[in-house]
Amino acid sequence: MTDEKSGAGTPVPQPEEVQGPRSSDLVSGSGAPRTLEVVEVREGMFGVRGSGDTSGYGGLVQPVAMPGASPRPYGGWFDEVVDVLAEVLAASGVPFDAAVERVVVDPPGAHAELTLHVHRDHLVDVCRALRDDQDLRFELSLGVSGVHFPHDVGRELHAVYHLTSITHGRRLRLEVSVPDADPHVPSTTSVYPTNDWHERETWDFFGIVFDGHPSLARIEMPDDWPGHPQRKDYPLGGIPVEYKGATVPPPDTRRSYS
Amino acid sequence: MSTHTTGAPGAAPHATRPPVGDFEPGIPSFEASGGDWADVAESAVAAAALGEERIVVNMGPQHPSTHGVLRLMLEIDGETVTEARCGIGYLHTGIEKNMEYRTWTQGVTFCTRMDYLAPLFQETAYCLAVEKLLGITDDVPERASVIRVLMMELNRIASHLVCLGTGGNEMGATTVMTVAFTAREEILRIFEAVTGLRMNHAYVRPGGVAQDVPPDLVEQVRTAEPLVRRYLGQLGDLMLANPIFKGRLVGVGHLNLAGCMALGVTGPVLRSTGHPYDVRKADPYCGYETYDFDVPTATGADCYDRVVLRLEECYQSLHIVEQCLERLEATAGQPVMVGDRKIAWPAQLAIGSDGQGNSLEHIKEIMGTSMEALIHHFKLVTEGFRVPVGQAWQTVEHPRGELGVHLVSDGGTRPYRAHFRDPSFNNLQAVAAMCEGGQVADVVVAVASLDPVLGGVDR
Repeated sequence: MTDEKSGAGTPVPQPEEVQGPRSSDLVSGSGAPRTLEVVEVREGMFGVRGSGDTSGYGGLVQPVAMPGASPRPYGGWFDEVVDVLAEVLAASGVPFDAAVERVVVDPPGAHAELTLHVHRDHLVDVCRALRDDQDLRFELSLGVSGVHFPHDVGRELHAVYHLTSITHGRRLRLEVSVPDADPHVPSTTSVYPTNDWHERETWDFFGIVFDGHPSLARIEMPDDWPGHPQRKDYPLGGIPVEYKGATVPPPDTRRSYS
Repeated sequence: MSTHTTGAPGAAPHATRPPVGDFEPGIPSFEASGGDWADVAESAVAAAALGEERIVVNMGPQHPSTHGVLRLMLEIDGETVTEARCGIGYLHTGIEKNMEYRTWTQGVTFCTRMDYLAPLFQETAYCLAVEKLLGITDDVPERASVIRVLMMELNRIASHLVCLGTGGNEMGATTVMTVAFTAREEILRIFEAVTGLRMNHAYVRPGGVAQDVPPDLVEQVRTAEPLVRRYLGQLGDLMLANPIFKGRLVGVGHLNLAGCMALGVTGPVLRSTGHPYDVRKADPYCGYETYDFDVPTATGADCYDRVVLRLEECYQSLHIVEQCLERLEATAGQPVMVGDRKIAWPAQLAIGSDGQGNSLEHIKEIMGTSMEALIHHFKLVTEGFRVPVGQAWQTVEHPRGELGVHLVSDGGTRPYRAHFRDPSFNNLQAVAAMCEGGQVADVVVAVASLDPVLGGVDR
């Protein structure tokens, strides 16, 4: 290849010609006040636990609240997607309210994202509807990630799926919550084969069992590793480091402001 | 192929049984074990007993053609690969877990180390996600976005050059490697001038970039650009019409559009099937919608087309770099960090005796004249800023595909959860589809065309 060729080669098809609207067509939420869902209540400050409080902040009570359900209208194309999904699910005999626990539009402002909290029993139905219906067509899955909320009783483990519609230029997020005592989520590999390794990784790091996965083995940690390292109750580990006479404690025992 | 069907009863399962009777006693034997390797070996032994010539080859994790510590488990029949599996995790360093114990700004220092050939993409994607949570996406100064785009596009060229160079080297074309690395050196020199480092930059920060580019940067890039262009021309001359090169690559590692979509494969591999999906066009960030560039595609869906596309993308990146330089000149003197002093980390640096150090003026101000500035500096650096609760998802077009960042904030000064959807991690799932049925020698070519970087795969 020469320089001349790069400048004026054969015309290449550009995304504008073959793709739908851009997902950068920004959507801002409905503007209604943000509702919050308390997942944890923290006390004290600086991460001091189990020792005498000398900070004076021991009485501080701090609820941690994640964004809760959003009221309609959600804004932009969000309403359309939710409506079409409800129709498609109803046509296949799944009531929308049973499948989707709540719809969250967050963060506030012009860069809002749509999150559907899906009940695990209907996760595969929802994925299939989102992939196959021509008005939804979320054909690209960008993997699974886990989040651990140890104090949100009954909903400790979250599996988060990010789907992209190249056809319509849209992105949305599915979130499934399961209790720690029964960490089972159906595998979505039958709909999105790409989630194979992502589900293995989420099993490895969070201990979420994906039922129906073809080979749910650890992927990053050694096969005989005890525990699931990304859980909040799994220590980071580390040793104190001595530097110029002072001792620097390991990161997970340092003062925390969260 | 010899088989050893007898082992000590009750012993741990071994991939290869200890030799019995073949060797003198006392001669050491080396064994591979772990995972389901024992079952694989057992079935191979059972098949051999039936007269099948079936061999399981363990390629890697220490193998020069696997781009790092990738382990390939190949089942071969003669020269044909009948089954290919990947083993990863040899470079897992727990970066995501570590990020939960550092401030939002320090997170940049960690995520830059994931995919070490494309550090600026992780940094930018992470910072864009943090900015989304903070609600300051639209407040990031234009000059900061221009610098980010400039750095990312230079980084894309550097990353593609390593892919082409090492890929050529694996096929015995050492000259391709030396030319590619010489060209990369020009780009790393620019990185060093801007960030002080050749890799692990931690240069992009939530709210902008750490500091402005050196005053003579535009000149430097303009000097380096024709050199890079010349080296790219040499690479094209060396590879694209070379009959040996084409013989090794054309029609090898085929993966069609349906396979790419099912396996979530993005980047040059997807574009080699003819689909022009590029996040820079489909979901622009950092103002990419205002730049003029093409998304090259091909229709062969094989390793050769991916080489052509990577070269073509390098030229397109140079085209974007030229536009960035014009904008840098137009925005000279403008801020490179958001105005909110509660977010903008103090990063006033100057050239000191050691090459780079704290700015004396800044030290003078906080130590000598303004106690409040000192307190503010101290609190912001040790405690960090708080990020509103919620979660954000941001993707960028990484040299290897679509890089996604999922951040969850609990309203504190640290990420509650940071997850990176690395394109290499996802694309490695396509190894089986691309290699099975081909020759053993084609595995090396197919893996090279995926261009996995194991630092990003394992994180």
